Amino acid sequence: MRFEWFMALRYLRDARGQTALILSAVSVGVAVIVFLSALINGLQASLIDKTLGSQAHVTLRVPKERPRALVDATEQTAIAREVQVAPERLRSVDQWPEVAAEVARLAGVTHVSPVVTGAGFGLRSDAQRPVVVRGVEPERFLGVIDVRRRLVEGRYDLGGGSVNIGATLAADLGLGVGDKLRLRTAEGVEDLVVVSGVFALGNQAVDRTWVLTSLRHAQSLFGLSGGVTALEVKVADVFDAERVATAARDLTGLEADSWMTVNAELLVGLSAQSSSKSMIQFFVVLAVALGIASVLIVSVVQKSKEIGILRAFGTPAARIRRVFLIEGGVLGLIGSFLGSGLGTLLARLFESVARGPDGAPKFPVQLDAKLYLSASLLAIGVGLAAAWVPARRAARLDPATAIGNG
Amino acid sequence: MADAAPLLQVEGVVKAYGEEVKTLALRGVSLTLAAGEFVALIGPSGSGKSTLLNIIGLLDRPTEGRVTIGGVDPAALDEPALAALRGRSLGFVFQFHHLLPAFSALENVMLPAWGDEGRPTPASRAQATELLKAVGLGDRLDARPTALSGGQKQRVAVARALSRSAPLVLADEPTGNLDTQTSDEVFALMRQFNLTRGVTFLIVTHDPRIAERCDRVISVVDGVIASDARTPAAQAAMLAAPPTTNRT
Repeated sequence: MRFEWFMALRYLRDARGQTALILSAVSVGVAVIVFLSALINGLQASLIDKTLGSQAHVTLRVPKERPRALVDATEQTAIAREVQVAPERLRSVDQWPEVAAEVARLAGVTHVSPVVTGAGFGLRSDAQRPVVVRGVEPERFLGVIDVRRRLVEGRYDLGGGSVNIGATLAADLGLGVGDKLRLRTAEGVEDLVVVSGVFALGNQAVDRTWVLTSLRHAQSLFGLSGGVTALEVKVADVFDAERVATAARDLTGLEADSWMTVNAELLVGLSAQSSSKSMIQFFVVLAVALGIASVLIVSVVQKSKEIGILRAFGTPAARIRRVFLIEGGVLGLIGSFLGSGLGTLLARLFESVARGPDGAPKFPVQLDAKLYLSASLLAIGVGLAAAWVPARRAARLDPATAIGNG
Repeated sequence: MADAAPLLQVEGVVKAYGEEVKTLALRGVSLTLAAGEFVALIGPSGSGKSTLLNIIGLLDRPTEGRVTIGGVDPAALDEPALAALRGRSLGFVFQFHHLLPAFSALENVMLPAWGDEGRPTPASRAQATELLKAVGLGDRLDARPTALSGGQKQRVAVARALSRSAPLVLADEPTGNLDTQTSDEVFALMRQFNLTRGVTFLIVTHDPRIAERCDRVISVVDGVIASDARTPAAQAAMLAAPPTTNRT
């Protein structure tokens, strides 16, 4: 075995009590980091998951019509004019099948679903509620929002005058599977449909208003034969959505909104959470580093005679320095293994204790290889850094003074 | 030729301590050791003999003057080169054995070579085993220093000093901490290595019994060499059998 490793491991093994103490400190530190990260990452993932459970990552629409003035001022004449914004009307994306195919080829895009969205009312006997009618191609839409998984009643069947509606809307209108619902668009077109399924996407606004129907049905309701009002896009990495939106905008000339712009406030909250996590981690790391450093400094002082002897017998100073650096690194490495185990245990325990009424964990934890890897690298790095000062001190010992053969 | 560079040459070495008020620990010391000598260095406390030993041991640098070991002048060497020269040319035995407590007897003897070469070699292991057998500890190779008696520990220290086949061993009060009988055993061991392997010893000692049994006694007083003479025993031995090495 190399001299440095042999010395370092033997010193660690020989000073068992000291090694055990500092290992516990490192382990607790790593455990806190693993636990905290797992919890916060899990919370964030679940928040994002909830948010994105009912909305597309990127939505492409026809740009709003800009009102054009009919008369412009010239150098000679000033005019007082009033430009009125035309009321929004449903307009179709030009040649949407081609556009959808192009967008689907963009890097990071996993699904593209065409949709016709229009406003209207849902009526049943005396009751009436405002609704958002969304016509989709059933299978493609599942790629963007997995309604089938969120059905609380019935089937995901949007063909032949069947619709799926949100759970709150169903309750408001007293509707169940098999009941009939009258839809009336803002333009006054009416149709009678049958409820085939009820979904709960977890977003009140959605569950209170959405009526999902087939694309063809919505097209005929809103007089958009063959057209769609928007393309909804799902991307592989949710935090990549803004980039994909920009790319899609440049590619198609359509207006593209990512969930990140729509939910800017949520993102601010998430980033505040992340920074508080980083701050806690920083202080934990600092405490661990100081612990390792103090133990190694004591060890260098205790071993100064031995170091002097080795130096007298011709061991180069650099080798002595590496012995202590290795000690620090090994403490970090072993501490990170123990700490990862402890952190995982804590996280699982926490998850199993904090459960909602439905038995699902209230605080989902997210433990992945990346977390363990980064915690381990961090601990090893901290070990090496903390060992730096003691190691330098050991290497600079004057052998004659250290041996003290005066 | 027998008149090649001496093993150790010390020329006009001065050592001063302190910045403003200079204290001279050595005031111009010159001496020469030939290969195979067995020399005692004596002197009262504070006479400068430890400073001289540190300078000869390349653990300290002289303020003035020059030390060469085997013809090599260490003054121009940087730290790693100096460490390497020390490792190859010098062995040390200290008053307190200074064995590393976390390592076995065999490991202690192997560490000097290990620390220089980076890895233990079969040759260094064989060498260390052989030396421990030679000092009578062939059956205690794996014993930790705490399991050994004072004399045994010092014998391991002697084996360690010889582990790199250094031509010159510097011993600082090697028997100072031992009872008379153990002290004699350790001394006999060093003498044996001197006679059978030609290792040169420079032994700092307070013990006149040890000094008179060496071939040559150098005494340092107040930073200068007060006397440097062959012992009566050595002179008698030389008369009886003049060393052949002096003839050309």
